[in-house]
Amino acid sequence: MALVCCENLTIGYEGVPVVGNLGFQIEPGDCLYIVGENGSGKSTLVKTILGLMKAIGGTITFDESVNRFGIGYLPQINNNQKNFPASVLEVVLSGCLNKKGLTPTFNKADKELVATNLEKLNILDLRNKCFAELSGGQKRRVLLARALCSMEKLLILDEPLAGLDPKAQMEFYKTLEDLNEKERMTIVVVSHDLQNALKYGKHVLHLAGDVTFWGGVAEYKNNALGAYFSGGVRYDG
Amino acid sequence: MMDEIMEMFSYPFIVRAVVVGVMVSLCASLLGVNLVLKRYANIGDGLSHVGFGALSIALSLNALPAMTKYFRIEPLPFTIVMVVLLAFLILRISENSKINSDSAIALVSTASFTIGVMFISMTTGMNTDVCNTLFGTILAMSKRDVYLSVVLSAVVLFLYIFFYHKIFAITFDENFARATGIRVNIYNMLLALLTAFTIVLGMRIMGSLLISSIVVIPALSSMRLFKTYKLVIVSSAVLSVVCFLVGITISYMNKTPTGASVVAVNLTVFFLVSATAYFKRSILR
Repeated sequence: MALVCCENLTIGYEGVPVVGNLGFQIEPGDCLYIVGENGSGKSTLVKTILGLMKAIGGTITFDESVNRFGIGYLPQINNNQKNFPASVLEVVLSGCLNKKGLTPTFNKADKELVATNLEKLNILDLRNKCFAELSGGQKRRVLLARALCSMEKLLILDEPLAGLDPKAQMEFYKTLEDLNEKERMTIVVVSHDLQNALKYGKHVLHLAGDVTFWGGVAEYKNNALGAYFSGGVRYDG
Repeated sequence: MMDEIMEMFSYPFIVRAVVVGVMVSLCASLLGVNLVLKRYANIGDGLSHVGFGALSIALSLNALPAMTKYFRIEPLPFTIVMVVLLAFLILRISENSKINSDSAIALVSTASFTIGVMFISMTTGMNTDVCNTLFGTILAMSKRDVYLSVVLSAVVLFLYIFFYHKIFAITFDENFARATGIRVNIYNMLLALLTAFTIVLGMRIMGSLLISSIVVIPALSSMRLFKTYKLVIVSSAVLSVVCFLVGITISYMNKTPTGASVVAVNLTVFFLVSATAYFKRSILR
């Protein structure tokens, strides 16, 4: 059964629809790239799935295994965090909070989970550094580690590659691929970068006003919309 | 010097002011870190204006001849209730409508201030009570006020420490916290509630015009000194209490207003810390 199933979904801001009649599913082990131009509703869709915004119409059904606590989220870079005094350890530990209920402190298992995830993303040596002083790529890795601490199954990333240099981007794609292949994690990525979405993704959801496409990567390449964006005309959002 | 300090503590009203002042400085400096980081530093100032309005209403109604005979409004509890209510109102306005939080604060605080001034002008006129509300007085705390203040600040400290990690999470990244199932609205309300308590309790000694400085300045100084959240919180608490104690002693010895003296000490520390940080950076470069 699909982890997330959207039917006839209409999303938008303050009652004004941005995208209507969306239908797609996220299967276990999938790697879905959501692409589209600025303002096409990519982030709105992600926020609606996460419950940060209300859908205008339609339904989203979650598999039992994905109760709300099973989704890890990597938000867009937030300006509030520019001068925020916090160590990497403090940031990543906050990812464990959603399982704690009213317990006020972290225990050994939480700290081990944090260490495992830092290790997995090769940033264990950064753990005592100040988050605000890291490079863009390192910050994304820290926030990814935090997301990994908060979930079991499904990871949603909102433009994780924005503002990274090409080398950091490639490393990040590799990391996501590893998480998907080796750890069997289901990954949803919002991205502007169609070329790499087609390279690393398994499914593509393309939002472009009234026309939306959802399907496998190979199918997308044969599709008229896909051919238009990925073929003759260079797509860079 | 030692003799003078001993003498100072022989006055019960000063002991009361010191006890309440230390508790309130602790609360204010802890909450201050979160309010500064959440870009909510103005809420302290806004709520102190609301406090002024409520306190003025209570004092001027109590001064009416008809009131004194049958009924008296307890100024401190009345102010606490009003400020808490309006803190929630500010939160609601900025969450649910097109008015930004800074505009919502300006709206509510000037409205309260206006109502307070109207009440005063129609009853007692500008007297020393009003001046004390604005600029603070060391004589403000009655015995009953002290009990209420100590209990409430203990509650604030307890809740802050108990929810320490959650408050960090909603300060660092509200969206992530909400997406992973933390009830952000409840913790934002908690933060507003704790801030409201702290402002009202500190207002009597520090003055409603100056109270927000002890919310903001220790946090700013600490952020110049330290780079992790826990150290900033601890340093803010320590700086705030030390500055309060030095400030109130200076105020006693030189007969300067308490609130202004405490703020002056806080500002001195802030400039020293900023200068040190600046020179350290230039040397390292």
